[in-house]
Amino acid sequence: MAALLGYGFLQRALLAGLFIGLACAVLGVFLLLRKDAMIGHGLSHITFAGVALGLLLRTMPLAVALAFSVIAALGISKLKERAGLHGDTAIAILSSVGMALGIILASLSRNFNVALLNFLFGEILAIESLEVWLSIGLAALVLVLVIGHYHKFMFMTFDLESARVSGVRVRRLDALITVLTAVTIVMGMKVVGILLVSALVVIPAAAGLQVADSFKKAVLYSCLISTASVVGGLSLAFFLDLPASGTIVLFGFILFGLVSIFGKGRR
Amino acid sequence: MDSAVNNAKALIRVEGVTFSYGIDPVLVDVSFSIHEGDFLAILGPNGSGKTTLLKVILGLLKPAQGRVFLMGKSIDKFVDWQKIGYVPQKATHFDPLFPASAREAVAMALMSSAKFLHRMDKKEDALISHALELVGMADFAGRRIGELSGGQQQRVFIARAIVQQPRILFLDEPTTGVDAETQDYFYETLDGLNKNEGITIVQVTHDIGIVNKHIHQVACLNQRLVYHGSHEEFCRSDTLKNMLAGGHHLISHQH
Repeated sequence: MAALLGYGFLQRALLAGLFIGLACAVLGVFLLLRKDAMIGHGLSHITFAGVALGLLLRTMPLAVALAFSVIAALGISKLKERAGLHGDTAIAILSSVGMALGIILASLSRNFNVALLNFLFGEILAIESLEVWLSIGLAALVLVLVIGHYHKFMFMTFDLESARVSGVRVRRLDALITVLTAVTIVMGMKVVGILLVSALVVIPAAAGLQVADSFKKAVLYSCLISTASVVGGLSLAFFLDLPASGTIVLFGFILFGLVSIFGKGRR
Repeated sequence: MDSAVNNAKALIRVEGVTFSYGIDPVLVDVSFSIHEGDFLAILGPNGSGKTTLLKVILGLLKPAQGRVFLMGKSIDKFVDWQKIGYVPQKATHFDPLFPASAREAVAMALMSSAKFLHRMDKKEDALISHALELVGMADFAGRRIGELSGGQQQRVFIARAIVQQPRILFLDEPTTGVDAETQDYFYETLDGLNKNEGITIVQVTHDIGIVNKHIHQVACLNQRLVYHGSHEEFCRSDTLKNMLAGGHHLISHQH
């Protein structure tokens, strides 16, 4: 471990990965219980169009991606509410539209294929100092907002109507969860790439939910598994010379498997 | 209705409420008042609009016509939600795999009015324990809610509804799927809350047999309000006979 931390790029990857992983893990518990497991998958695909546009315009692809993600997330919840579509239908429509748009934008310029591939498959080992600080800042913001509204979010997730009758500003907080999810997905994209970001949100939370007998423990276990996946996955990737994104996700999946097999008796 | 009841302050006033989801009306011109300390059952067959009426009273649905006043305030201007406790219909509102413990299920309601980043203090902790004790669930505080029996879950939801020490408690079909013995205990609990804590109780049910010695008033609904008055008169009334003739089952509740 000490040898690992001697490398600046690994330090940066670890730091960013841990913070972003925590934000994903905490939010993931709420999203899974809201039956929104696919939202990460959908948003990341829409974000692909944002990244392609950012690269084409030679502006910060991350900023454009962030804007795309937030608008798409709010669009999905509006579609669900107004058009009477099921959540997964709205996600399926918007994610394929995002992908289609991304493909067309990508073909308009031919010199950014490498950069685009990095976004697709993750580039945590190439993360720059500024991006590390940005990731830590955004992840901390997500964590503070979720912890600050912890009981209200839990109540809304458990029983929306009762939460409303208790005076919880359901609409406003629902939009907040949606925006936080959109921001977190874009940051997660930095760690494992567009194609795998959904795993950061879903796998640790799913593992935590397998064994927790209280909400607090579900969140705590989800965070632990996320941390273990980032540390374990990055170390393995370094020693075995494997791609970091795939290794982090597979490491997480193995932990999920172990928890499912050995943790079942606990609840 | 005697004048003493009339003069008591109306906690809830429903005025000419009409509501429909589509073309067919679910509620037609419903008006009545509920007073401080009442224990009222809203009765009616399935599809008679009971749950809809409850949701209109709670501001969850907007009526096409008519108005609702809670504690003298028009429902769309009402803000004192801590004074309202609500136990929704269980079947449609509950994911048995949700990881909350009984204690957490009560805490979420108490803390729903807390300030941003406020951490639970000793006083709030004690309020949660007290609410769980009132419904006889203190020993199950740490258990995951999905592991509890139907009756126990329902009692936890009542604890959740009363933890903010509300003035009015609304319950929607609270004894669905609960065995007769637990139902008796359940009504003792509600009776205690009504008599000792002075909480006004409004309960929706399709089961006429549920109307027992604890309930003072009955509002009988079949899109329109067909009866509103004391429980005793209701038992002697034609409304009950008509409902029974309509195939409604009566489970006797003798104590």
